[in-house]
Amino acid sequence: MKAYKVYAINDGTVIDHIPATRALKVIDILSLENEGILTIGIGFSSEKLGKKDIIKIENKYLEKEETDKISLIAPGATINIIKGGKLTEKRKIERPEEYINIVKCLNPNCITQHADIETRFKVAKTSPFTLRCHYCERSVEAGEVEIL
Amino acid sequence: MKFKGRSIISIRDMDKASLLKIINTAEEVKKGKHKNCLKGKVISTLFFEPSTRTKFSFESATQYMGGEVIGFAGSEYTSVKKGESLADTIKTISGYCDVIVIRHPIEGAARLASEVTSVPVINAGDGANQHPTQTFLDLFTINELVSDLSRIKVGFLGDLKYGRTVHSLAYALALFKTPLCFISPKLLRMPVDLLDEISEMGSKTKEYEELEELEEKLDILYVTRIQKERFGDLQEYERVAGCYRLTPQIVHTLGENIKIMHPLPRVNEIAPDVDTMENAIYFEQAHNGIPVRQGILGLITGTIA
Repeated sequence: MKAYKVYAINDGTVIDHIPATRALKVIDILSLENEGILTIGIGFSSEKLGKKDIIKIENKYLEKEETDKISLIAPGATINIIKGGKLTEKRKIERPEEYINIVKCLNPNCITQHADIETRFKVAKTSPFTLRCHYCERSVEAGEVEIL
Repeated sequence: MKFKGRSIISIRDMDKASLLKIINTAEEVKKGKHKNCLKGKVISTLFFEPSTRTKFSFESATQYMGGEVIGFAGSEYTSVKKGESLADTIKTISGYCDVIVIRHPIEGAARLASEVTSVPVINAGDGANQHPTQTFLDLFTINELVSDLSRIKVGFLGDLKYGRTVHSLAYALALFKTPLCFISPKLLRMPVDLLDEISEMGSKTKEYEELEELEEKLDILYVTRIQKERFGDLQEYERVAGCYRLTPQIVHTLGENIKIMHPLPRVNEIAPDVDTMENAIYFEQAHNGIPVRQGILGLITGTIA
């Protein structure tokens, strides 16, 4: 019998294949800190990634719009929805058209750095993946973004 | 495209059809149509930083059309000084006017303003970002000279890295697939991502470091100021700025029919004796700010359909 380092859950959401060490950031982006029981695994061996993180959220089924928010930091993550101990849905992360309050605008003269408002970024280009600030219109490549 | 009630924030919100509508409306206004169409309307001009042409031209555009103007230049005598947020200032002033014209040093301020009010907002410059009505008047001026914006060749000379007027006009012309040349010192080249975007939109682009390298005849040369503060080394600035100074002699070598544009203020980049040449159209360009802004104000207040 395979020994699991992270216990299986009966009901909830499993976010697998998170690039190693980004699990806490994923929790932060999805605001899962106060969402009941979380099991977090960091630095597990992965054939695909070498090392990976995994998060199990009990009794909460994350919607696609929610999990797509982590596409910038965990684009290859997989989402498993478990109900009654069975896998009922398996899906990949897709990039949303707009990132609201996820990315920080690096332009010090952007209004988002001066007023108490949410940041908004739209996809400007898919290759290389580039976002454009809705307010100051500066663009930033995905590799250079700073997550809020 | 519906203009009534719409905010004018960025050239990126525009498509070719809206730009043509603005050009055609400004043409009608310049011919004397739509007189007094702003009668009974109040336009507020909120200038959080200095401006000469833009502020005056919005205000006289409004008054020539029968409208009234309220507003301020510099926020030291307003509640902003007491720490009021931009959003609160906008929400309050929205009750006093039909259109808000805003200039602000912070990029994205006009976009934010448009999101907290149902009164249409016109961006009259937000830091280094956008100044769409300048682009409209540039485009209108070019369109007065030619019958087809896609069949001319436009060159840009000067500070192409930081100049928002260049970025916005190049983007607008790319919607018409106009061939574009960019002439600048290496240090002040067009941003690569914008250059790529413009090419992808269908404009053929070429870059040069010196005017003498130009291989083609231009119809328009759009000149911008090279700003001293962009250079760490003053000697380097002096050398570069000198190379990009237009004189009547240089204008002659560029071709008899070339027209010279400039968003103004001009410092040393165009010699004053170019002003009297038929090629110089930068003061007409500045004056076109009136019919263009009148047209825009008429369209967004709904008094021009």
